[in-house]
Amino acid sequence: MSALSLSNIWNELKNSKGGITGLSILAILLIASLIAFVSIPLDTFKEWRNQSYWLEYPRAAMPSWVNIFTSNKLPEHIILKGEREESIDENIKVVTYTYKFDYIFDKEPNDFMLRYDAIYNSSSLLHFSITRPDGMEIELARITLPPAKERVTGILFSTDDVIRKSISKYGSNEPLDVIFRDKDGDILKGVYEAKMSIFFFNMNDEIIDSKFIVGGKVYGLFGTDELRRDLAISIIWGAPVALFIGVSVAILAVVIGLIYGVIAGYSSRSIDEVMMRANDIVYALPALPLLILLAVFIGKSIFLMIGYLVIFSWVGVAKVARSMSLQIRNMPYIEAAELIGESKIRIIFKHIIPQLLPYTFASIAISVPGAIITEAGLSFLGLGDPTLPTWGQILHDANTYGASARGLWWWIIPPGLMITLTGLAFVLIGDTLNTIVNPRLKR
Amino acid sequence: MNEEKSSNQFKKFVIKRIINMFIVLFATLLITLILVGPTMDNILKRTIEFEVNEEIRNTKGLVFNSESELQEYKKERIEAHIKSLGLDEAWYSPKRLWLTLIKVMSLDFGRAYTLTSFSGSAKVIDIIMERLPRTILLFTSSTVIVTIVGLLLGALSASKVGSLIDKLTSGFAIISSSFPLWWSAMIMILLFSFTFSIFPARATPLISSTDPAYISALLYHMILPLITLVIFSFGTWAYIVRNFMIGIMGEDYIMAKRAEGIPEKKIIYSHALKNAAPPIITVVALSLSGSIGGAIISEAVFDWPGIGKLYYDAISVFDLPVIIGLTYITTIVFLISIFIADILYGFFDPRIRV
Repeated sequence: MSALSLSNIWNELKNSKGGITGLSILAILLIASLIAFVSIPLDTFKEWRNQSYWLEYPRAAMPSWVNIFTSNKLPEHIILKGEREESIDENIKVVTYTYKFDYIFDKEPNDFMLRYDAIYNSSSLLHFSITRPDGMEIELARITLPPAKERVTGILFSTDDVIRKSISKYGSNEPLDVIFRDKDGDILKGVYEAKMSIFFFNMNDEIIDSKFIVGGKVYGLFGTDELRRDLAISIIWGAPVALFIGVSVAILAVVIGLIYGVIAGYSSRSIDEVMMRANDIVYALPALPLLILLAVFIGKSIFLMIGYLVIFSWVGVAKVARSMSLQIRNMPYIEAAELIGESKIRIIFKHIIPQLLPYTFASIAISVPGAIITEAGLSFLGLGDPTLPTWGQILHDANTYGASARGLWWWIIPPGLMITLTGLAFVLIGDTLNTIVNPRLKR
Repeated sequence: MNEEKSSNQFKKFVIKRIINMFIVLFATLLITLILVGPTMDNILKRTIEFEVNEEIRNTKGLVFNSESELQEYKKERIEAHIKSLGLDEAWYSPKRLWLTLIKVMSLDFGRAYTLTSFSGSAKVIDIIMERLPRTILLFTSSTVIVTIVGLLLGALSASKVGSLIDKLTSGFAIISSSFPLWWSAMIMILLFSFTFSIFPARATPLISSTDPAYISALLYHMILPLITLVIFSFGTWAYIVRNFMIGIMGEDYIMAKRAEGIPEKKIIYSHALKNAAPPIITVVALSLSGSIGGAIISEAVFDWPGIGKLYYDAISVFDLPVIIGLTYITTIVFLISIFIADILYGFFDPRIRV
């Protein structure tokens, strides 16, 4: 058991297929983390649980690359700002927003939504209609807006009763069918023009902003979930979070276990006995139930979570480190060091621990997947840090909304695949390092 | 003479292990109680309230003139009960902790807040005992299958290191150890319930548990979870066995057998496997115990009506008595199996006893 230098380990990793694969996956994950830091503003990430933030995103949309593989093109998400017009006629001020869009897809959209921000002191009238490519104008809503003192944000959904009632005269009460399908039930392609007008009876009243959103069935690289959240954000941000949890738990656990084990192995028999009994107790504690209790009763922040996981992961390393240091303490050079009169602490840190370093590196790498998987499990149970979207929490939400039974594959496969890839990277690296420590397994 | 010494040593070893087991049981319970202590008080007080209500209902000859008189009497009785149980002291007083420990250890977990058993009982022990057989049915049978397949495949790969079957086993083991089992459960539901609609997505049968057809419905609902558990765990098992075997195959005495000219097959299946037995038995015992308590998340995904699902439900509705009861039961099961594993290990490998 000779001490291996870092360059030796690097060489070994470079020369094994598993090691190279593991390192490449790790590199990709690090790049993803970097992309997350640079390109996705921290704000979107913090708004993960704020439902109103995601209102303008499509609901449960597939990833947009699905369209490459299908002949029936699914509609993409369209957000229109609209063109503003204003006319004043006697005592009536009319503000009109026109939204033009070319609809080229083979399926009707998921839904649509009209949103306006306005200030009006007296009662006003909203008129909303859409003109199809074939020239037919469909009136969607005619609503009286009651007077309001503050700025009002109004939203009309395609599922609202006002719209259903208004279109019932066209022979169906499904707005999407009435608007986007012709008499034969085929999708009507071409340029649509939606128009919203508000009739104000007070000259100071005003529309500040307005948007018309045609909800797509596909969106972005990873699609969206039932709560309209862009899954790309949580999946990419999940990488640094998972790496942080996995690596910090592994390093802390292995360092604690190593020092504990070496001290036990190098101490007198009675101290060794006491320390090993304590070790046995921690080893026999049922991890998952206690982790659940800790998360429920103490807290779920990411740092606490790392602490909990460390409590249960240092034990195995301590056992091995102890038995290794028991072997080493009988080596002639340790006896020599003792004879010279070197202190115990110095012997432990200068002569014994360096001998165990290769084993340490291997165990750190091997401990990472376990930590990541356990954290994902806790998150899956709804016990994850609520301020961070982790892969486990995506899967928790997916399970809550019955994603597997409903076939929402893009909500289930990517986060799990990311967990697998991260775990795999460290298992492969750890396995390669293990063959350095235990050359026998290499055969 | 020597034999006597050895048997004494073994006795000492067993006693040491038993003491150890009780210390761990106490430690776990103490940690649990410290975590839930403050909330535990409320549970006990609720139980008392319930008992007093029952008592008033069942005692004939108790007549009250007014509602306030009844309330007054109730209050008196509750206070008397609280005092007699020592609940007027804080939960962290040694006397209280001791009492609670005894209570929990005698399987008296009180009444659940909201959860009930299938037969309608709110007693935590009833709820748990009703679920336990279902968990054992699913997870223990899968563990047995996995163990057998894993042993055979592991021995096979170890005898042909570097062959295709060895590479496949190792590769599959490495991949399946890097994702959580419950995720593969979600994928299996996606595949077999949604895409191919062969099996139901929820593993809880819809018919009532008293119906005679219930057993067959339960078994049918068990197929998908069972397949999933077996497929995604045997790889890891085979890999463990393989590595044990390879370690042993390099030992000198196996070399000696080879030199003697004993056929390789016989060496592997009789000599090497026999010597790999102690560590393998430990892993079997541990995974059997894990099969009883550790499948919280997989059961929740499959909606299998066992201990794990109960845990999941108890957490989501914050049913503390159930959480405490489950933690205690899973700890006991876990400790007993560690104990058995230790004893077996010590029995097969005398070096451990020292």
